[in-house]
Amino acid sequence: MNDQTMDVMDTNKASATNPQLLITYTLHVADNAVIMSQRLSEWTGHGPALEQDIALTNIALDYLGQARNFYQHAAMLINEHRLMPAFAPGRTYPLQEDDLAYHRLEHQFSNHLLVELPNDHWGQTVLKVFFFAHHQMGIYQQLLKDPDPQVAAIAEKSLKEVKYHVKWSSDWVLRLGDGTEESHEKMQKALQYLWPFTGEFFEKTSWNEDRINLEALQQVWDIEVQSVLEQSTLLVPSITRFQTGGLKGIHTENLGFLLAEMQYLQRVYPDSNW
Amino acid sequence: MDIHTTEYTVAEIWQLLEKVADPEVPVLSILDLGIVRHVHVEDTGRGQQVEVTITPTYSGCPAMDMIAANIRIELMMVGISLVKIGYQLSPAWTTDWMTDSGKEKLKAYGIAPPVALVRDQETGKISEDRGIPCPQCGSVNTELISHFGSTACKALHRCLDCKEPFDYFKCH
Repeated sequence: MNDQTMDVMDTNKASATNPQLLITYTLHVADNAVIMSQRLSEWTGHGPALEQDIALTNIALDYLGQARNFYQHAAMLINEHRLMPAFAPGRTYPLQEDDLAYHRLEHQFSNHLLVELPNDHWGQTVLKVFFFAHHQMGIYQQLLKDPDPQVAAIAEKSLKEVKYHVKWSSDWVLRLGDGTEESHEKMQKALQYLWPFTGEFFEKTSWNEDRINLEALQQVWDIEVQSVLEQSTLLVPSITRFQTGGLKGIHTENLGFLLAEMQYLQRVYPDSNW
Repeated sequence: MDIHTTEYTVAEIWQLLEKVADPEVPVLSILDLGIVRHVHVEDTGRGQQVEVTITPTYSGCPAMDMIAANIRIELMMVGISLVKIGYQLSPAWTTDWMTDSGKEKLKAYGIAPPVALVRDQETGKISEDRGIPCPQCGSVNTELISHFGSTACKALHRCLDCKEPFDYFKCH
């Protein structure tokens, strides 16, 4: 490593500890996990077999736990630095994790569009988990060295969980892609549909560029995902991964419906507790 | 003896925590599970304050709140009312912290305890997909049904000899 790269890294570290950027990033990771969890939990009681119903519910629970850890941390940072994020009206300090999950509006969520898409059939859901779990593994591996110790601690914890999600979803992509003629065709169609949404994983913003090495993230994701797709006899689409907007709060119409259900109780009975 | 004036040592607090069970696997205490990281005792002037730091097995583990409540109850029963529960994520919990007696209790309860290294007889690779000893008959002629079982910390396997399905506490 020469002196020049050392300098660059030091600058990166300085802006990675900027509390505003850290809060925005932490909320983004939490939003991704909570929306993914909410979507996947729609399968509860509807899985193709009891074991798989349970598997997907457990994966949804893991993401819910990760979302809670990140929201709790974001709330702590917001309260400490008095940096209220874009918010539904009427919330006051000190903020709690629930405020962040249940009292923000759809354009205030910065999750990737992929996680808010409807589940559709089992194969499509599995493929979505497969893409997302590989992305989560990539970011958590990088966040292990984050300058914020709590972000690093949550990443360390979460990484162990997403390794199982990667394994489970890869097994299913293989089974269905390299399965019957019908399952193969359905998976190929699902791939065609979801693929354009995966480019957002590597999109640069002012609040992620110093925290995540996006080029490295994409490199690992592409290699690992494509290797499983090839083994599954699925063709990687040649279309551009053009879908974008989530990181800026511009969402598909699906997010509003999802939030309407997820946030209903807290909207009607604010601050109600178990 | 007035129990409210009794002072407890850190070692005695650890002994009391042995009585707090894991709500999802009640044969295990939270010490067997290895989720208690620290115990700290302090005299506040208003009485003795005990701080217990615990770590979750999984991020979304729904048992954590109940475990925290049960720790409070256990300590309150011996007169300690100033209880602080701390949460610590790093270092992340690992099944290596489960005690040997905890692993024995799991097995007796019908759940296969975590085993670190199993070599797949067919592929020669290290994996948790085959060869987990069946807690019923002890056979290693077993296979994975699903990576996720009745809770996030367990996988579902089946024994190909006695034909019984069983939960396996995953290595973590």
